[in-house]
Amino acid sequence: MSQTDADVPSTDGLSTDGQTEALPEATVLFAGDSGDGMQLTGSQFTLATAHAESDLATLPDYPAEIRAPAGTTYGISGFQVHFGSGNVRTPGDSVDLLVAMNPAAVKVHLGRVERGGTVLINTDAFNDRGFKLADLDADPREDGTLEGYRVVEVELSKLTREALADTDLSTKAVDRSKNMFALGLALWLFSRPTAPALEWIGEKFADKPEVREANRHVLKKGYHYGETTEQFATRYDVAPAGLEAGTYRTIRGAEALALGLVAASDQSGLDLFYGSYPITPASDILHELSRHKNFGVMTFQAEDEIAAAGSALGASFGGQLGVCATSGPGLALKTETIGLATMTELPMVILDVQRGGPSTGLPTKTEQGDLFQALYGRNGDAPLPVIAPDGPADCFRAAYEACRIATTYMTPVILLADVYLANGSEPWKLPQAADLPPFEVDFATEPNANGHAGENDENSGAHADGTKNGEAAFLPYRRSTETLARPWARPGTPGLEHRVGGLEKEAGTGDVSYDPANHQHMTDVRAEKIQRVARDLEPPAVYSGAGEEAEGGDLLITAWGSARGAVEEAVDRLRSRGHAASGLTLRHLWPLPPGLEKIFARFERHLVPEQNNGQLVRLLRDEFLRDFRPLGKVQGQPFTPGEIVEEAEAMVA
Amino acid sequence: MPDDEQNETTPDGTKRPTLPPGYGDDGGDEAPSGEATPEGTKKPAAPSASSGDAGTKKPTLPPGFGGDGAGGDGSAEGEPVLSRKDFQSDQDVRWCPGCGDYAILSAVQRLLPDLDAEKAEHVFVSGIGCAGRFPYYVDAYGMHTIHGRAPAIATGLKASRPELKVWVVTGDGDALSIGGNHLIHALRRNVDMQILLFNNEIYGLTKGQYSPTSEQGKVTKSSPYGSIDAPFNPVRVALGADASFIARTMDRDPQHMKAVMEASYDHPGAAFVEIYQNCNIFNDGAFFEFTEKETKPERALFLEDGQPMTFAESAKGLRLDGLSLEVVDLSTRRWSVDDCLVHDASDEMLAELLGRIFWDDPDADGNAQTLPRPFGVIYQEERPTYGDLLHTQIEGVTEKKGAGDLDALLHEGDTWTVGEEQG
Ligand SMILES: Cc1ncc(C[n+]2csc(CCOP(=O)(O)OP(=O)(O)O)c2C)c(N)n1
Ligand code: SF4
Ligand SMILES: [Mg+2]
Repeated sequence: MSQTDADVPSTDGLSTDGQTEALPEATVLFAGDSGDGMQLTGSQFTLATAHAESDLATLPDYPAEIRAPAGTTYGISGFQVHFGSGNVRTPGDSVDLLVAMNPAAVKVHLGRVERGGTVLINTDAFNDRGFKLADLDADPREDGTLEGYRVVEVELSKLTREALADTDLSTKAVDRSKNMFALGLALWLFSRPTAPALEWIGEKFADKPEVREANRHVLKKGYHYGETTEQFATRYDVAPAGLEAGTYRTIRGAEALALGLVAASDQSGLDLFYGSYPITPASDILHELSRHKNFGVMTFQAEDEIAAAGSALGASFGGQLGVCATSGPGLALKTETIGLATMTELPMVILDVQRGGPSTGLPTKTEQGDLFQALYGRNGDAPLPVIAPDGPADCFRAAYEACRIATTYMTPVILLADVYLANGSEPWKLPQAADLPPFEVDFATEPNANGHAGENDENSGAHADGTKNGEAAFLPYRRSTETLARPWARPGTPGLEHRVGGLEKEAGTGDVSYDPANHQHMTDVRAEKIQRVARDLEPPAVYSGAGEEAEGGDLLITAWGSARGAVEEAVDRLRSRGHAASGLTLRHLWPLPPGLEKIFARFERHLVPEQNNGQLVRLLRDEFLRDFRPLGKVQGQPFTPGEIVEEAEAMVA
Repeated sequence: MPDDEQNETTPDGTKRPTLPPGYGDDGGDEAPSGEATPEGTKKPAAPSASSGDAGTKKPTLPPGFGGDGAGGDGSAEGEPVLSRKDFQSDQDVRWCPGCGDYAILSAVQRLLPDLDAEKAEHVFVSGIGCAGRFPYYVDAYGMHTIHGRAPAIATGLKASRPELKVWVVTGDGDALSIGGNHLIHALRRNVDMQILLFNNEIYGLTKGQYSPTSEQGKVTKSSPYGSIDAPFNPVRVALGADASFIARTMDRDPQHMKAVMEASYDHPGAAFVEIYQNCNIFNDGAFFEFTEKETKPERALFLEDGQPMTFAESAKGLRLDGLSLEVVDLSTRRWSVDDCLVHDASDEMLAELLGRIFWDDPDADGNAQTLPRPFGVIYQEERPTYGDLLHTQIEGVTEKKGAGDLDALLHEGDTWTVGEEQG
């Protein structure tokens, strides 16, 4: 959101010439009942904004109940869009325009609106019944609640009914299209094009001409209403963002994850086997992938998460790309299978779209609470790579990368996304398949032990000459000297018959072994193998303001995954206030990328904001023995840059 | 050889833990150690006398599954390319001497060379338990997984590699307790694989607690005053899960086992095979009434398609009386073979009746009677397998949409172009 009041459409900033005022950025929040179609309205506004070439970030926010009682505060569904002509990294600290379909929406979301901001209310819902449902004692327009805001009252229901007076649609159907009126009005207010939404409606209701025309008509009416009403003194515009040249689409994190998996399968030549048990908010990945069967994608809706993980691992043993996705509670169920993948050293990718926990927690709200579960949540010493994408579009790259690491190092990999990333969207500069990192998979095709000595210590198990019983043989645990990965032999390959399993295996031969020294050795090697993943990683970039490079400074804000946007915006603000602050967002949580020690050494103080009660901060203290200060937030909402700034200023003051 | 469990006694199971109460120490299971027992007929000095080579004999009429060539199927006794030895891994078999698992292993290793698949195409997937060690002993591909999950893991393997021959090896605890969910779903989905359930009515590897198939009242380590759990009849679980192939066999009858396993292999779809397996350490003799010479004729009914249901060396038969089964005496004039039910594995209703033979079922007049336990293929139907449906659907969609083009997919939906880059 805007940093100065002047950026905000506000009552005192009226440019009363009735003209269009240019804004560098703006934040709009649509809020109403879950049945009001707010998610749809928000995503259509987003689409139009993308077409207007703004940079943007979105924050859908909906209740856990499918259709909570209408008019209640707990049934409020919201969709926030932050867009601007500069770099937009978060869905916005505070809202410039709140479109409130009922009193409950005002009650829930007014706190997010900038003082002086605009609140557009559907007056048809502002009646005694509406106040009662929202548990309000009085009309917020009259009791001072809305004082200091610019209130625009629109009879959304009435105007919609009038617009559709001639149709045969039921009153219910007519009323349901009032969100299109609100959308049209919002599009007008921010000078966004109507064509993308009109086209979308055309496709969506292709075989329901009446509904299609009704919705289009209402949308246009809303737009025209803006033009003709005197209620708005000013109209706003946000200039194109000057994004890098290229072809873009807006992408939600969940979609990007799915596409990343399809791309990994496509580029590796492995068939994607996706085992999944429905769970919010990971189900969207299953929905998306099940559409892409023509890529050979096998989606398997398992009986539970244990079976989802198990089936994926079975597919991996079969030489395919075994993947599963879930959220916290499901990850807990997959634990034992992931341990088996670690022991059998088979590739497997587990996506965890984190939500508020513990237990069922806050199923639709965002949190980064599963870091410990991902890092440590298995019996025995079972380290594995953990990756966290740092934006909705980055989910594509991270999913692709997770698959590559899994197959290169023959290990399970956990990817930690979250509700905010999965549901949020941003413009994505589309990659070309040909430009993706190469993804080759080497299957074993012949015996790997033929009397030559093992290539390094690693392979000097009981059969140091590299044979088994003196014969050429396939030794399933004879490792690559480079990656320490064991060979991957597809069942069906003659001569490579072998057995894997959860019991400890002898180095090299893979025979069951209870030998104490061997267990020590294998435990060490499994850990070392995971450490080697870091060899392929670049030292992470420190953010010190766009285009800036700082040698060091007073404060480094280190975060992970989805917190990137908030951290970088916070750094911008801190620097504009004269603080020598920088930011670092980790995408790799295990193994940690190289170069961190040097980076940390350049800064006086360290702040670690994360959406949990302090997990990364403990990992960092453990690994680097520095005074990392925690900043935890577990409120189901992502950090706002302001929250980080506040804590940071307290630290450097 | 219970060695999975933590801090308990002997790692190699060579030494016997004390026998559970309730089972007389029948002494010397001086079981010839080492090699898997020939014919698996080796008996741990069971109370009953050895059935000797006759252990493989069925009661004369009906001859029993495969007894008279049903299994052979005329497949030319030509030179087998592979032999049993080819399927023996170099690992020492570590079950307790005398354990029924040896005979099952042996039956599988004898069967595999006869099948129409390469060695490398077979994959054995097991869970945890004594039975779970099975894959280590078979020289094919294998995966010893985690407790109860083998059917789920095998489902992913088979679905994604339909050409493989997938075998699941599981125990009564593994399949019916911790893994019950996976078992029923693999069956209902009809995933094309053979599920061999080694039922010893006990938790072997954890040293003798009652299992979901243990009878009520059973005294075990965890039920010193008798188990109060009602047992599962695995065959009925499979029926309830709509399995497309359901059979029962016993470790003491290698020929029958091999024939049933071959039929399960030939069946396209999920084939459920319950194998009565003697755990001579913790539950010795649990099935002796069905498997030992003295009682087997009276207590075991060998089913064969198209043959009348007779047992006790043809002296008795099973007849349908109303909706109940009744044992009839064929030695008197009153009943003849013609009055007996004729087995038809495709008959669902018949399968239900046969599946019920587990609990004491009074006859139509309410008189107590003991029905013989059916062995052989109890039910078989052909329906599409999960793999067929999955891959047919993929092919159908691919035909309709065209093979996936990644660039097209990435550019799907609403795109816009900034600058002068191509669209
Ligand atoms: C998750 C988990 N829980 C418990 C165990 C301990 N455990 C190992 S085998 C077993 C029971 C095995 O019984 P069954 O499946 O009948 O096999 P059997 O040993 O009789 O062949 C149990 C409870 C385990 N290995 N893993
Ligand atoms: S099932 Fe019984 S006899 Fe067989 S190995 Fe296990 S404990 Fe020993
Ligand atoms: Mg058992």
